[in-house]
Amino acid sequence: MAIPIRVKVNGQVEALEVAPDESLLSMLRERLDLTGAKEGCNEGECGACVVLLDGKAVNACLVLAAEADGHEVTTIEGLGRPGALHPLQKAFLAHQAVQCGFCTPGMIMTALSLLLENPAPTEEEVRTAISGNLCRCTGYRQILDAVQAAAQEMRAGAQGRRP
Amino acid sequence: MSQGRWVGRDVLRVDGLEKVTGAARYLADVKLPRMLYAQVVRSPHPHARVREVDVSRALSVAGVRAVATGRDFPFHVGIYLKDQTVFATDRVRFVGDPVAAVAAESPEAAREAAALVRVEYEPLPALFDVRQGILPDAPLVHPDLGKYQVVPWITPQAGTNICNHLKVRKGDYHAALKTAAHVVENTFVVPQVQHVPMEVHGSAARMDLSGKLEVLTSAQSPFTVRHLLCACFGLSHGDVRVMVPQVGGGFGGKAGINLEPIVTALAMRVPGRWVRLVLTRAEEFYAAVVRQGLVATLTTGVDRSGKVVAQRMHYLWDCGAYGGYGVNVVRAAGYTCGGAYEFPNVWGDSIGVYTNRPVGSAYRGFGMQEIHWALEQQMDMVAHEIGEDPIAFRLKNCLGPGKRTVTGQLLDEHSGRVDQCIQRVAQAFSEPLATRPGRLRGRGLACAVKAPAMPNDAASSVLLKFCEDGVLEVLVSGIDYGQGLRTVAAQFAAEALNLPIEQVRVRNLPDTDLSPYDWQTVASRQTWATGNAILRAAEKCKAQLFETASQVLGAPVERLALRDGQVVDTGGAGRVPITRLVMGYQFPDGHVIGGPVAAAAHHVPEGLLFLDPQTSQSAKPVAKWTFGAQGVEISVDPDTGHIQVDRVVACYDVGQVVNQGLILGQTYGGVVQGLGTGLMEELKLDLLTGKAQNANLVDYKIPTALDVPAALEASFVETPQKDGPMGARGIGEHTMIPTPAALANALYAACGIRIQEMPLTAEKVRAALREKRAKG
Repeated sequence: MAIPIRVKVNGQVEALEVAPDESLLSMLRERLDLTGAKEGCNEGECGACVVLLDGKAVNACLVLAAEADGHEVTTIEGLGRPGALHPLQKAFLAHQAVQCGFCTPGMIMTALSLLLENPAPTEEEVRTAISGNLCRCTGYRQILDAVQAAAQEMRAGAQGRRP
Repeated sequence: MSQGRWVGRDVLRVDGLEKVTGAARYLADVKLPRMLYAQVVRSPHPHARVREVDVSRALSVAGVRAVATGRDFPFHVGIYLKDQTVFATDRVRFVGDPVAAVAAESPEAAREAAALVRVEYEPLPALFDVRQGILPDAPLVHPDLGKYQVVPWITPQAGTNICNHLKVRKGDYHAALKTAAHVVENTFVVPQVQHVPMEVHGSAARMDLSGKLEVLTSAQSPFTVRHLLCACFGLSHGDVRVMVPQVGGGFGGKAGINLEPIVTALAMRVPGRWVRLVLTRAEEFYAAVVRQGLVATLTTGVDRSGKVVAQRMHYLWDCGAYGGYGVNVVRAAGYTCGGAYEFPNVWGDSIGVYTNRPVGSAYRGFGMQEIHWALEQQMDMVAHEIGEDPIAFRLKNCLGPGKRTVTGQLLDEHSGRVDQCIQRVAQAFSEPLATRPGRLRGRGLACAVKAPAMPNDAASSVLLKFCEDGVLEVLVSGIDYGQGLRTVAAQFAAEALNLPIEQVRVRNLPDTDLSPYDWQTVASRQTWATGNAILRAAEKCKAQLFETASQVLGAPVERLALRDGQVVDTGGAGRVPITRLVMGYQFPDGHVIGGPVAAAAHHVPEGLLFLDPQTSQSAKPVAKWTFGAQGVEISVDPDTGHIQVDRVVACYDVGQVVNQGLILGQTYGGVVQGLGTGLMEELKLDLLTGKAQNANLVDYKIPTALDVPAALEASFVETPQKDGPMGARGIGEHTMIPTPAALANALYAACGIRIQEMPLTAEKVRAALREKRAKG
């Protein structure tokens, strides 16, 4: 029943045997211990599990692990490191855009997907892009400011660092 | 705004790095070796007798290791009123009431087995409305109400559905009402709503082979969980260890005790194995606790000068199936029943009523948003009735220094200034509101007040200790689930010891075996209580450092000061780095004085007095009050009824801003959460089946980034709190209290319709506009 797949996760190729009904989220969290992507609803309604699949934001709970075969996945763990944080990570800190932190990884990955596609979004475009990522703590204001600040830094810094 | 080196500034979150890198581990991220998965068997009936529970088929499922039922664990649990059992014994009281639970090697096996637990029910008449619940012939949700254990200051009434009743009697209400020139009476309704933390409830437990219990749980209160688990299962505090990882939001829903007894019961059945229960999002909506509903009736008598002379408040709380925690919301709403106003003659009743709805509990604001929905609309309605400006009417009647609360407490110059908050908002609204084609626009204002609702002995304690390299470790056991306690704790410690903030590390994943005691993270009490404890502990550390340094430098202690990691003699005899002091000082000849520098300290509220049982009069029923006001500007679409919130202006008297960025986060977050309850949120039940109709994030909407007002403005008055750390008082909950009432008042200003039942959905607004047009 197990399906063999090869998937590049955060730059590293993983050869795995996954179950036919196993979600990408479950694969990342349970098999690879990449727990940055969170399970908030398991129904694609909250955005806490957003990762990039070939550079595009997806709800990892709605993608089958087997579908990732031959593709590239980037999770929050694949962004910056202390001392070399991604502009989005830096901006989320500088703008106090983090509270409980549960939505933060998904929020940052969605924002990254937006900025890769649209380096200079209007606030309305940022609002729309992250409207599928629920946050119950912050009221979103500081998140919106952080995304704009990161966009600016990414534009300034040679179109940003791509993961 | 007064600023210290650290306190009062925009210090960045000390736990931010782990949260933006994905390093932060929440309950479901923690790998537990050979963990079993739990599944709860829940009642499909809102009210039924449990005739029989047959687990034989469930036990035969491959991979099932344990099944626990109410027959095995008929133990009572509850923080104030022990009215719940771990699993239902003879009766279920809401759809979702736990009847049994299964632990199995896989989630699939657990689900399969849970579905095979056969429960024979005998349905009973269900009660969904508090107004029916207080009638003499209402079905009784808790026929055994008189037999439950309860704290002395909660008053359940046996033979009724009333789980608590607080009476406030001040002055002579009835006589004063007769003198009133105008009398206005209105009823307001608040539905049950859900907290919707992004992280659902989860708990895990393991009983080791020696009988010691470990619990890992997403909770606001590790020590209270330990205490209540011990009471429930008859365990010693010495044998129970409760640990809390990162918590993904709580908002009151993770206060007290929740899933911990269920996983503990299962763990006792399978010694040596971890058992973990994580709710589904659907379960989170109806099986985790919710905010209580409210039916509030207010009567206001005003004299010719526009002063309120008599005020009656009748609050009927929908506590749902169990009132363990909710009874104290009822109490808090009682002793705060008049809100931000001075009413000389008061007749107040706050009554908690059981129904067969989901279980009510604490939710950010602890009853205050609900009563302010009523109070702050009523103030506007009275002002309109007597032809006075609502802001002037508020200023004429609001609390302040020299005024007395409904319990007779005299406020002084340290108590906070709601009048200044009102004026600040009014000032922001001094320009006329611009019109917008095709929209009806209006402004509304509402005030807020809240005190910490907690037992008089609610304590926080902390431990400060230095590492060999001079890093200061601060152990606090309040939960930082986003509000910023860790950062604030670092700020206070760094301020008091004049250290670079990078040299302070807050150790805060509380573990009851290792961490200092803290009652609960509720009541907006952590900055205040833990902050005070830190300042005291820092003074003790300073004394230890100075005692040693005094001998090293040959200078009297009074001449010493701490500067950037050094103890300096201000008289010029020299300086010594604290790295040479924190483990004791070694002289050149080898002898050592002093030793590892460390200190513990605590904070317990000072001088709190019980309420009079008949009248609730008390000179100091609570530790402090935080006042505030919010104004909103809205645009209403007259065709759809949709309310767009254009601007929110919030002002609170916080005593002292401790962290500029964090307090803005608390304000924006609370306001937007308030917009959610004000405009869109309601947990809807099917009144035939008792089942939740919108137990998912599509049908139960919470605000998204698209709902954030274009302008969100926050400002702060700083009237120092006498017993606050550097003058600070709590703010976390207050920011969502006035928002819905301000919206309702703005709606009236925009289009002359008054909606008294929360939330202000487009459907209700459209219907009210139609009705108004029909009346001409």
